[in-house]
Amino acid sequence: MTTATSKEELLIVKEQDVVPLRNRVKEYGVKIGMSILNQTKLITATSELVRNLLKYGGGGKVIIESVSNGRDQGVRVTFIDNGPGIKDISLAMKDGYSTGKSLGLGLPGTKRLVNEFDIQTELGNGTTVTIIKWKNG
Amino acid sequence: MGDFLLVTIQVDLYDQLAENLESDLINTINKNNSKGVLIDISAVSIIDSFMGRILGNIAVMSKIMDAQTVVVGMQPAVAITLVELGLSLNGVISALNVEKGMDLLRAKMYNGDNEEQTYDDSNQ
Repeated sequence: MTTATSKEELLIVKEQDVVPLRNRVKEYGVKIGMSILNQTKLITATSELVRNLLKYGGGGKVIIESVSNGRDQGVRVTFIDNGPGIKDISLAMKDGYSTGKSLGLGLPGTKRLVNEFDIQTELGNGTTVTIIKWKNG
Repeated sequence: MGDFLLVTIQVDLYDQLAENLESDLINTINKNNSKGVLIDISAVSIIDSFMGRILGNIAVMSKIMDAQTVVVGMQPAVAITLVELGLSLNGVISALNVEKGMDLLRAKMYNGDNEEQTYDDSNQ
């Protein structure tokens, strides 16, 4: 059972919102004593996902939470957009696949950087991606 | 002259800034007839796929302009994260710090071994 202790929500509508978001996520990691390496992985994953949110979802909101599962503390970040959704989720999770002109590392690469990764998408109804990085994960 | 450009990235760049850096750098290479570019990323705490692509672009573009690029000072956590993300920075030559990067550039310059790269510069 994962419970959230503190929470905040940020609106992401333009590229300049990305760096402040990364900084806030970092603060959450620092607060629970996360190692530099895990912080770096979490922030990099955040950066990849927020880029998707801007590029494919047309912006949206991001929720940052401190979470605990009883044994470990972590940071959960949820990316919510109201964009077109992802047509073929298994294809989007494949290494090297991209509909844009990027390298196609986004989703599968991001999944490797975090401990928990969940994606919900519906055509026409947007995409929600949730990641958790545990302090000792 | 064989002049080198030293670029120190002091902040985490957002996309537009990174793209500006790319074009400014290529223009500066052209203007100064630089033969080497040293990019110090020791203050950069994250490199995502976008930033990685910019570094790769700079390396390829400067090579076309007859200049070598060496990236120095990557933080260990950044290197580990890049590999797990799946970004191998093909074509980007790196060195541990500015001093070693300068040595590497000088060696490349004066030994004229520009053709002999230690990295795999085939398909990227």
